[in-house]
Amino acid sequence: MITKRIIPCLDVKDGRVVKGVNFLGLNDVSDPVKLAQYYSESGADELVFYDITASAEGRSLFTDILTRVAETIFIPLTVGGGINTLSDFDRVLKCGADKVSVNSGAIRHPALIGEAAKRYGDQCVVLSVDAKRVDGKFRVFAKGGREDTGLDALEWIRRGVESGAGEIVLNSIDTDGVKQGFDLEMLSAVCELVSVPVIASGGAGGIQDFVTLFREIPKVDAGLAASIFHFGEVSIPDLKQALFEAGITVRR
Amino acid sequence: MIAIVDYGVGNLFSLKSSLSMIGAEAMVTGSAEDLRAAKKIILPGVGAFEDAANKLRATGLDAIVTEQAQAGKPLLGICLGMQMLFERSFEYGEHRGLGLLRGDVVDMRGRIPESLKVPHIGWNALRFRQPDHPLFRYIKEGDCVYFVHSFYAANCEEATLATAEYGAELTAAVGSKNVLGCQFHPEKSGRVGLNILRAFCEL
Repeated sequence: MITKRIIPCLDVKDGRVVKGVNFLGLNDVSDPVKLAQYYSESGADELVFYDITASAEGRSLFTDILTRVAETIFIPLTVGGGINTLSDFDRVLKCGADKVSVNSGAIRHPALIGEAAKRYGDQCVVLSVDAKRVDGKFRVFAKGGREDTGLDALEWIRRGVESGAGEIVLNSIDTDGVKQGFDLEMLSAVCELVSVPVIASGGAGGIQDFVTLFREIPKVDAGLAASIFHFGEVSIPDLKQALFEAGITVRR
Repeated sequence: MIAIVDYGVGNLFSLKSSLSMIGAEAMVTGSAEDLRAAKKIILPGVGAFEDAANKLRATGLDAIVTEQAQAGKPLLGICLGMQMLFERSFEYGEHRGLGLLRGDVVDMRGRIPESLKVPHIGWNALRFRQPDHPLFRYIKEGDCVYFVHSFYAANCEEATLATAEYGAELTAAVGSKNVLGCQFHPEKSGRVGLNILRAFCEL
């Protein structure tokens, strides 16, 4: 049976990993290539790279980094951040990315999902959604959670999958950064709605949160986190061991 | 030298990098001469069967790959490249493959429980049918590899080397003499995948 995936997420700016990292035994903790290698060797099932660079120069630096990561790491790589056009898809896929994640670019230009799915296949297109409760409903936010788009999150996700998104990353703004666990209610609503893989993001504070996630929502496919892995609060081998002991199928 | 067949389908970057990672000399090539000179051939592929098979035929490389395989050169098909080794595929119609292995390529929909998602994407464990096969020299049963597919090889009992359980036994690796294939992506399967490629390179 397919294993549940554990996915560390790296924010890259000007060729370096943003957010302090606090590993033992790693000299240059903000080198994306070294960090990617570290995660790959500790059993990460996939890596997500977000390009949070604004300038064109930063973007080409990111492309170089991506190529170097893809030459070193032989697990699936998803790339997001600043993906607005098919040529953005093309640029990162040529560097060795396997999947491309769209967020704001798809909100501005929803046809991008379908166009990309047609050219590269559904499995290549990941729809990343930042959602937050507003008046008892889940609403899509843009610009890193600062702007309410007015879009209903469930409706947006349903349309995205219909257009060809092959995977959903659901980031709950309500639980993000709180470290009190994933947003089970929101995740459950999305898992009931779509039949493509759903990746949970936002809220993981420790190992137990992943155990709870996969136990409570068997349909969820993966758990994504950044800082708890970067700061060494959760090590991937320990996490995999705990999941295994809880009867959850993982790759070890 | 290992020749990775370039017929305009898919991204060969990871495959080439993974071979250089294990110290194998590899070239991505669409030239008949290179394929004939190579020690081994890898046939990659992503996308739809009909489109890929048409492209392979349009380049004329289908005949070269077949000729080289029949002459005994080790050939490894990966993902859609593996599916093309078979006689027929039923992906959106009925299409002819290279016919180097006996069997068909069929849709997993209708053959696995409806509750399971299609495509079959992610890491799944290998179950060996032929544990002593040289391709598995450096890996063990239960090792996980990375899959992305909606169709799989069926009616190929004789050639089945390994399967993966996904509501049904999906064909994961096949082989008959020098003609080999894996449905999963060894170039995306971490250390286990590199070890499979290493075993192929040593054949």
